[in-house]
Amino acid sequence: MATLREIRHRITGVTNTQKITKAMKMVAAARLRRAQEAIVSARPYARKLGELLRHLVTKVDVNLNPLLVGRETRTVLLVVVTADRGLCGSFNSNIIKAAIQRLKTQGDVATQVMTIGRKGTEFFGKRKYDVVLKHPGIFLDLEFDHARSFVQEITEGYLEGRFDKVEVIYNEFKSVIQQRIVVEQLLPIPAEETQPSKDSKGRSLVDYIYEPSSAEIVNVLVPRHLNFQMWRILLESNAAEQGARMTAMDNATENARELIRDLTLKFNNARQASITKELLEIVSGAEALKAS
Amino acid sequence: MAEKAFKLEIVTPKRVVFSGEVTSFSAPGVVGGFQVLKNHAPLLSSIEVGEVKLVDVAGTESHFATSGGVVEVHDNKVMMLAETAERSDEIDVVRAQAARDRARKLLAEKKSDVDFDRARIALFRALNRLKVANQL
Repeated sequence: MATLREIRHRITGVTNTQKITKAMKMVAAARLRRAQEAIVSARPYARKLGELLRHLVTKVDVNLNPLLVGRETRTVLLVVVTADRGLCGSFNSNIIKAAIQRLKTQGDVATQVMTIGRKGTEFFGKRKYDVVLKHPGIFLDLEFDHARSFVQEITEGYLEGRFDKVEVIYNEFKSVIQQRIVVEQLLPIPAEETQPSKDSKGRSLVDYIYEPSSAEIVNVLVPRHLNFQMWRILLESNAAEQGARMTAMDNATENARELIRDLTLKFNNARQASITKELLEIVSGAEALKAS
Repeated sequence: MAEKAFKLEIVTPKRVVFSGEVTSFSAPGVVGGFQVLKNHAPLLSSIEVGEVKLVDVAGTESHFATSGGVVEVHDNKVMMLAETAERSDEIDVVRAQAARDRARKLLAEKKSDVDFDRARIALFRALNRLKVANQL
């Protein structure tokens, strides 16, 4: 059995770890609340903008904007959104695993990778992947300008023909304890969206008055839509990360508590055993003296 | 009043600014301001920096400062997607004044490295906010 001193040492160590995990949980909880607010309030706008654009492209010539037109896919760009920091359970490893799977299943198509978040940048940077764009460390102070500059880089590459399709893989914030890995096609703006859909309200049959013109409205909406989708994705991932971290740290704190309980029990056992042993020694010593 | 009412939603990236029944809605379209009443024809319009006015079912008028976006009118539902939309009593006047002064200074300096278009747009936005805010 371990000595008293050793056990006491371990208890102190685990207690200190528990303090840290507890503090991290608090921080994550505070960040989560803000992140959750941000994503929840951003969703309606993103959805409505998507709806409007989807509907609009059924009315106008898609050739008006090159970002709407699909072409033969020779190179795919996969945008992988991870966190900047670890200690959030399987958040990063799950997304990286899913991303690798996605890259493998592309078959003959060449793949390029764009990483957002330090963890993914480190992982893909060290391995044999064609990382064309990387952006580590943005989540600490996330700004709309980040989303805008990412979209600009992506659209430039797309228009120059460096890649023919852009997909984003990220963690969607479902609830505090649940993240869902989602793959979305960013460019060209997906085909099922550009085809006339049977809208329940029969919208596609309506003739709109366009001010100034349908082409101009499309050209205004497309970049806005892309920027905002990217922004939404960043917010989703951020909220999901904080949620994952909070759960992970909560589990860690709980585990530490159990460990401390076990160790305390062991400590008390050992202490009792040593007291008993000492008593026995004293008593038998006294007996021996009496007998002489 | 109710028979003249239609649904209006004003949504910005930050939040849903307004959602409810109104009887009149006016917005600054890029080819000129327009007003929407019940049974308006389907319309899709870009809007620019300016003032949005609406009258709710109780007859109360509200003013919003917006910095551009799109408006869709269809089947007595109006959807306004704007980059910003602030109700007149929510406008941060001090910030708008600071933005106005900053933009004016930039424009006055006439330095070559100043992005004049951006400064001018910033000035428009600030002036618009102040204008809407003063109509309380």
